[in-house]
Amino acid sequence: MTRAGGVIADNRTIKDQSMSNEAVIHSPVEVAAHDEHGEHHHHHETFITKYVFSQDHKMIAKQFLITGMFWAVLGGLMSVLFRLQLGYPDASFPWLETILGKWAPGGHITPAAYYALVTTHGTVLVFFVLTAGLSGTFANFLIPLQVGARDMASPFLNMLSYWFFFTASIVMLSSIFVETGPFSGGWTAYPPLSALGDASPGSQTGMDLWLISMALFVVSSLLGGLNYIATILNMRTKGMSMTRLPLTIWALFFTAVLGVLSFPVLFSGFILLIFDRNFGTSFYLSDIFVNGVGALPNEGGSAILYQHLFWFLGHPEVYIILLPAMGMASEILSVNSRKPIFGYMAMIGSLFAIAILAFLVWAHHMFVTGLNPFLGSIFVLLTLLIAVPSAIKVFNWLTTLWRGNIRFTPGMMFAIGFVSLFISGGLTGIWLGNSALDIHLHDTYFVIAHFHIVMGVSSMFGMFAGIYHWFPKMYGRYLNNTVSYIHFWITIAGAYMIFWPMHYEGLAGMPRRYFDYSNWESFKNFVELNRFISTVAMIVFAAQILFLINFFYSIFKGRKVTSLNPWGANTLEWTTPLRPGHGNWPGEIPEVHRWPYDYGKDGTEFIPQTTPVGADESHH
Amino acid sequence: MTIFLTIAVIVLIYIVIFQIAKASEYVSVLKGEDVSRKQNNKINGFLMVAFMILGLIGVWYCNKLYFHKTLLAVDSASVEGAHVDSMLWITIGVTGSVFVITQMILFWFAYKYQESDKRKVFYFPHNNKLEVLWTIVPAIVLTVLVIYGLRNWFLFTGEPPKNAMVVEVTGKQFNWIFRYPGKDGAFGKKYFKNIDEATNNLGLIWDDQLSHDDVITDKMYLIKGRPVKLIIGSRDVIHDVGLSHFRLKMDAVPGIPTTLWFTPKYTTKEMKDLTNNPNFVYEISCDQMCGNSHYSMKGIIEVVDQEEYDVWMAKQKPQYFTAFPDKDPSKPADSTGTKTAAKPVALNTKAVAKM
Repeated sequence: MTRAGGVIADNRTIKDQSMSNEAVIHSPVEVAAHDEHGEHHHHHETFITKYVFSQDHKMIAKQFLITGMFWAVLGGLMSVLFRLQLGYPDASFPWLETILGKWAPGGHITPAAYYALVTTHGTVLVFFVLTAGLSGTFANFLIPLQVGARDMASPFLNMLSYWFFFTASIVMLSSIFVETGPFSGGWTAYPPLSALGDASPGSQTGMDLWLISMALFVVSSLLGGLNYIATILNMRTKGMSMTRLPLTIWALFFTAVLGVLSFPVLFSGFILLIFDRNFGTSFYLSDIFVNGVGALPNEGGSAILYQHLFWFLGHPEVYIILLPAMGMASEILSVNSRKPIFGYMAMIGSLFAIAILAFLVWAHHMFVTGLNPFLGSIFVLLTLLIAVPSAIKVFNWLTTLWRGNIRFTPGMMFAIGFVSLFISGGLTGIWLGNSALDIHLHDTYFVIAHFHIVMGVSSMFGMFAGIYHWFPKMYGRYLNNTVSYIHFWITIAGAYMIFWPMHYEGLAGMPRRYFDYSNWESFKNFVELNRFISTVAMIVFAAQILFLINFFYSIFKGRKVTSLNPWGANTLEWTTPLRPGHGNWPGEIPEVHRWPYDYGKDGTEFIPQTTPVGADESHH
Repeated sequence: MTIFLTIAVIVLIYIVIFQIAKASEYVSVLKGEDVSRKQNNKINGFLMVAFMILGLIGVWYCNKLYFHKTLLAVDSASVEGAHVDSMLWITIGVTGSVFVITQMILFWFAYKYQESDKRKVFYFPHNNKLEVLWTIVPAIVLTVLVIYGLRNWFLFTGEPPKNAMVVEVTGKQFNWIFRYPGKDGAFGKKYFKNIDEATNNLGLIWDDQLSHDDVITDKMYLIKGRPVKLIIGSRDVIHDVGLSHFRLKMDAVPGIPTTLWFTPKYTTKEMKDLTNNPNFVYEISCDQMCGNSHYSMKGIIEVVDQEEYDVWMAKQKPQYFTAFPDKDPSKPADSTGTKTAAKPVALNTKAVAKM
């Protein structure tokens, strides 16, 4: 196996009955040179192989992160624009016409533009930011570093995974500039609306590009996921048994399994949709008469079939987004409480239970589609069952804090924020998972509040926690603390101020995806609240810009990290040099002797995984 | 100019924040990492507990401001919806108390156990009793909620009472078409390829005698206290019959009819008094994204008493006569028109579900 520069040889040997991944990179002389000069001159890498078509998992992680951040800014900006419409439906903003042109004549965005913004916001945030940006970044960065591997099982496929994502991004971006506009039928893309260009202009070229982009994205996600699974199972260092893995790795492992098993189903759903759109098939279409066009020839299809295929991915997708955040929060809470994570095995067990149940609850998105009531009742049961492992996780996190010695690093703040938001959003899941309540609350603002808190904002908090915690390892510098704290407090307070009142709008029956409520007797009395929410949304968005400035400034000018292990953590990534080169460890990969959560054991502050178990050490 | 100024102000704010942050970083480097960490810890520990208190006050204040605007503040307009409301209250009770308790514990622990040189960390990696406790307790609570929920679910999705009237609701971009079965109490068959916007907007098959007295309207009239079964369909994309005041909704899917039933409890007039809103109307909101005018896809339901309903129904003319004006008996002789109006009761009691 040859890699960039062809220097690294990979000989896998089995030692002492445990799988290990020993690779000889350089002679000891070269290793010494490494330590002194950092990463700058090894492998004789060119700019292209180092920063563009890199096969180093750490660089690929940064590529995922920065592309994800680009989409987060764009997606966030879109939400600010449509919140402007919701908050100030009567106001006119001439500058909108300047940037949006015909989509905002007279400074007033059109319904078509509104729906395009909502749809693109959803698609981009769910897939490009919280899937690729979150697990793409941290699975790539942390898996080899924390299991003790030189790189991914296949660095080449890993590189391809990023470039498929990049291509998907380009296609999605180009769809915004299409004459008829980007796809505008909601991120779930239900046919027949998404299949019929005559029913909605957004379903014309924009939808073709959307589908191509998503198909490329699925490929990217599969290449990445298979790699993560292979690496975790086969490339752990000596002594790193599965039950000595940090919870981040367990979470990323289940995430990858979920993705690999469910994305192909989405792909098949999309293929059928492409056929219905372009080749005259009737998988999803039947009995349709389009205004101005007439009756379509299609008969015998089922629009509901698509929803089954979509949500078979769509629900696991929620956990694909959430599990990495859970894993990182577990790790960061434990490190900064200076205390072991409470109930390590229960945490793995609950991750496993969530992963299994994630496949068995998809139809709770379809309670009001006319689904067989008996089937619905099974899905109610299985859905509410997920609350049990979720409750276990929450109580374990709380117990981890109990009698700890908490350091409020910015990462820790976001991890605590994650737990708070996960509780708030998780509890409303108990409302919506109960079909008899869903029949009232479905597709109202209550749903928006629920999934933004539990999946959107809380995963975003997990992602921020991860960025703040591992930034020193990624770039060898610290982020500015003061800005980080300001970022945290504005974001958590703002997130609650935006989404908490939406529960009330939902309880008033206010439907989602409405461009304007002023003609509705039932829903028009939330004008002030909508304005308040929009204003807060803008402030929160501004705080994210603060984070961006901090991020990019600190990459180049941040305070330098001088300690190899700035947080006093036990995991393997902190045994690498300050700025690890390709191959991660200059010498041999360290051997692991214990689980990663020996904090505060026998009066010691922390015992890294590489420390052998002492003869007089107590058993936990 | 104002745009330029706004941008300038925003940029300035960023610069100021950033400069202060840089300065405080230099100060903390001078003070030493340990000292500044402890200082940050104190501030953030205090903010944690302050956030919890302010947050709970915020929750209370939000409730004060907006509770009266939610539907929970008004009685459900349907008999079945009352079950939704009582279920909501139970769920609010359960999740609300868990919310308050866990959030208080979270932020209190964060405050209480902030770093201190005096505290020795308690090495507490696991405890099976605790794990079992917080597996079983949530499981029991959820079982109760599931049982309660499913009882209602089977009520809502079950068969309507025998005396239910039937109305067909068809969604199209971007309004609703309502069909009543007419005197024979049965709907005529339809086929989407027969649809003709001017004379036959549902595509009724005229060869089917049952279709001849089917009445098509653009408003739905329902009778107070009389259960109604809706047969829901769509002509183009997926729509959703959202009945927020009745606490129910159901998708309208092309090619696959769905059903929903409920019993209106208050007439529109009574609801005007109940909500203190003289403009109150029962609105059907389309709750499934259906295109660029989705937000304006509104249907109106008038809940009236039996008499008013009979008067209204008597005025409706079957679609058949619109399609074939020469067959309309009311056209040549006015007397037949009054004849139908005289027997309205018989007309609607036969309108029982035939599906």
